[in-house]
Amino acid sequence: MTTTVNTTDTKASPAVPGTGLDPGTQPDAYASTSDDRRLSQLDALEAEAILVIREMAGELERPALLFSGGKDSVVMLHLATKAFWPAPIPFPVLHVDTGHNFPEVLAYRDETVERLGLRLVVASVQDYIDDGRLRERADGTRNPLQTLPLLDAINDNRFDGVFGGGRRDEEKARAKERIVSLRDEFGQWDPKNQRPELWNLFNPRHRPGEHVRVFPISNWTEVDIWRYIDREDIPLAPLYYAHEREVFNRDGMWLAVGPVSQPRDDEQVETRLVRYRTVGDMSCTGAVESPARTNAEIVLEVAASTLTERGATRADDRISEAAMEDRKKEGYF
Amino acid sequence: MSAPTQSTPVLDPAAVAGAARGTLLRLATAGSVDDGKSTLVGRLLHDTKSVLSDQLAAVERVSRDRGLTAADLALLTDGLRAEREQGITIDVAYRYFATANRSFVLADCPGHVQYTRNTVTGSSTADVVVLLVDARKGVLEQTRRHLAVTALLRVPHVVVAVNKIDLVDFSQEVYERVEAEVRAVARELGVVDATTIPVSALDGDNIAERSERTPWYAGPSLLELLEALPPSDDPAHESFRLPVQLVIRPQGAARDEAHRDYRGYAGQVASGVVRVGDEVVALPSGRRTTVVGIDLGERSLDEAFAPQSVTLRLADEIDISRGDVIAAAADAPVPTQDIEAVVCWLGDAPLRPAQRLLLKHGSRTVQTAVRSLNGALDLDNLHAVPAEALSLNDIGLVTLRLAAPLPVENYSLSRRGGSFLLIDAHDGRTLAAGMVGATLPSGAPAPTEPEGDEEWEI
Repeated sequence: MTTTVNTTDTKASPAVPGTGLDPGTQPDAYASTSDDRRLSQLDALEAEAILVIREMAGELERPALLFSGGKDSVVMLHLATKAFWPAPIPFPVLHVDTGHNFPEVLAYRDETVERLGLRLVVASVQDYIDDGRLRERADGTRNPLQTLPLLDAINDNRFDGVFGGGRRDEEKARAKERIVSLRDEFGQWDPKNQRPELWNLFNPRHRPGEHVRVFPISNWTEVDIWRYIDREDIPLAPLYYAHEREVFNRDGMWLAVGPVSQPRDDEQVETRLVRYRTVGDMSCTGAVESPARTNAEIVLEVAASTLTERGATRADDRISEAAMEDRKKEGYF
Repeated sequence: MSAPTQSTPVLDPAAVAGAARGTLLRLATAGSVDDGKSTLVGRLLHDTKSVLSDQLAAVERVSRDRGLTAADLALLTDGLRAEREQGITIDVAYRYFATANRSFVLADCPGHVQYTRNTVTGSSTADVVVLLVDARKGVLEQTRRHLAVTALLRVPHVVVAVNKIDLVDFSQEVYERVEAEVRAVARELGVVDATTIPVSALDGDNIAERSERTPWYAGPSLLELLEALPPSDDPAHESFRLPVQLVIRPQGAARDEAHRDYRGYAGQVASGVVRVGDEVVALPSGRRTTVVGIDLGERSLDEAFAPQSVTLRLADEIDISRGDVIAAAADAPVPTQDIEAVVCWLGDAPLRPAQRLLLKHGSRTVQTAVRSLNGALDLDNLHAVPAEALSLNDIGLVTLRLAAPLPVENYSLSRRGGSFLLIDAHDGRTLAAGMVGATLPSGAPAPTEPEGDEEWEI
């Protein structure tokens, strides 16, 4: 039998030189052992995610996959590619564009859409601000502003299901959410009234006007994501790997100097060796100091980290104990 | 404020890779109110170093705000605003921790609100249920109910953690009394495999490390036991089944010209092993053919086993569509339109005979009608009693008529092949968890005190 994993699923070379497999890592380091027919935990997580993606493709009429260019959504796309191979992914990808993107991530998004021959639907927060449907917040953060354009895009395109890369280890409210999660006609999540999710029988049925959010990688942790990226040699946007960048320190986070994040008078700009653990709204997503230039080095770094990725890098999630829950109830992903 | 510096990692690369090569164990917790379940979960996360410093800092801050002297580890799992406001757990929360050779997905099931719904949900996917019992109280009514549900759901392993052993002065006598009670109830209810461990979740005795304060206990710590448990069923001993989720036919859309004529049947192996060359049968049509290829993405396999998600290529172009089951030709199930099953009712409105519903089994959804309701589980005495309806959280025995034949199997032989959902056709809600061929514990009716003369007459 062949359970040895070949790292040939993505033929393209990594986006950054030197981000391939570390020579010290055996190609089969994550493979299931072949003699006793037990799946390794990474293979078990992959099998579960593919099951969910295929089942929703079979049940739903018009699904779409949220794709930001961030690592979790890249892993989602990779899993979808495997789920339907050799057929193309049978649904479009949807990006809720805050207008506060890292340029490298936007470039990566377009490259990936091109490479996989996908249809990209963009919901632009900037358009909503320009025509007055949304107003810029006092703190300048645009993460909470994504909800309205997202819900409008779902309605306008009549999407009945949206795949997201949310993980339960990210945040306490997400830890409570189902893999297939119902949203009412206003896009709201009702955490007190969730459907029971039994065995691996997933039920996305809903009334007209409602839709479901689907989280196939719910059970993956941050380190699982990096092990999988390492094993499958999935190319990522370069800012995930250590690089020199002009940054300044605000509230204990390194923010990049850019058009939407300028240092105040008392904030020193310095050049540091950093990488990003998450990519989001550039104005409130912090970098971490890191020498990790390869996937294998990042796996080790994440495994040793004493901070969660959101705690380390997201200013908006530090606002309150229930910031994420409140956003999700309004229809956020 | 100090800069968020990342220290250079000093982890052993082999250990990190080892955790990924290790197996995944799905674990659910259950217990009554105040038996320390959230504390146990917090302790497991804490002792496996799965709680990061910003999470711990948040817990300490909230604990301080509430006037507590020590960090309340229960706050690690109570994530919703209403849970923190009310100090209760509302819904199942999922947590993750890992040791050097195993990763765990933990479903933390609340004990008091909708305990049947939550315990059924958590138990349905669990390889092991950890049930908490307060050493001072022993087996309570709710312990019996939890054990009844794990027996009904056929969870492969049950670990009963006899908690608060520190509050009975680490007494061997108390522990052995509770252990004997647990064994008696487990035997009565048909629990597959139950182990007991004396623990103190608050202090960590016998959680990660064996405690010196229970020298009379020779068994493993909870974590040692969880690491050593064999994962559920060995696929080699099961019959091969694959519910077809999708037919993959790229035709002109193939990204590679070589795959224009590709035709494959995608699904997760529900049970057993399939090899290239195996003879299989498509159900319900009964047409036979041979497996000529097994694909996982662009990788070709010689064999696939549960629970891999793969795509099968077959020798003949027979009519197979989403919802069909591909099974080993030698011992395929016989499709049927009439089933008897135990259902756990999760709907707000009651289940009544003659009701029409949808039934989802594998990747197939069909209409069904409730032919008869043959009894319900009395949760006090844990035996079947006559019933005219099933209310929320009731467990009952039903006969169903299906609109089309389905290759269902007995749940006692296959958790995957014998499980189904009942769904409301109008709003799509999941109304019940069903188990084909399961029965309710009959047992001798417990002696009941007659309440009046009329009762006495009967």
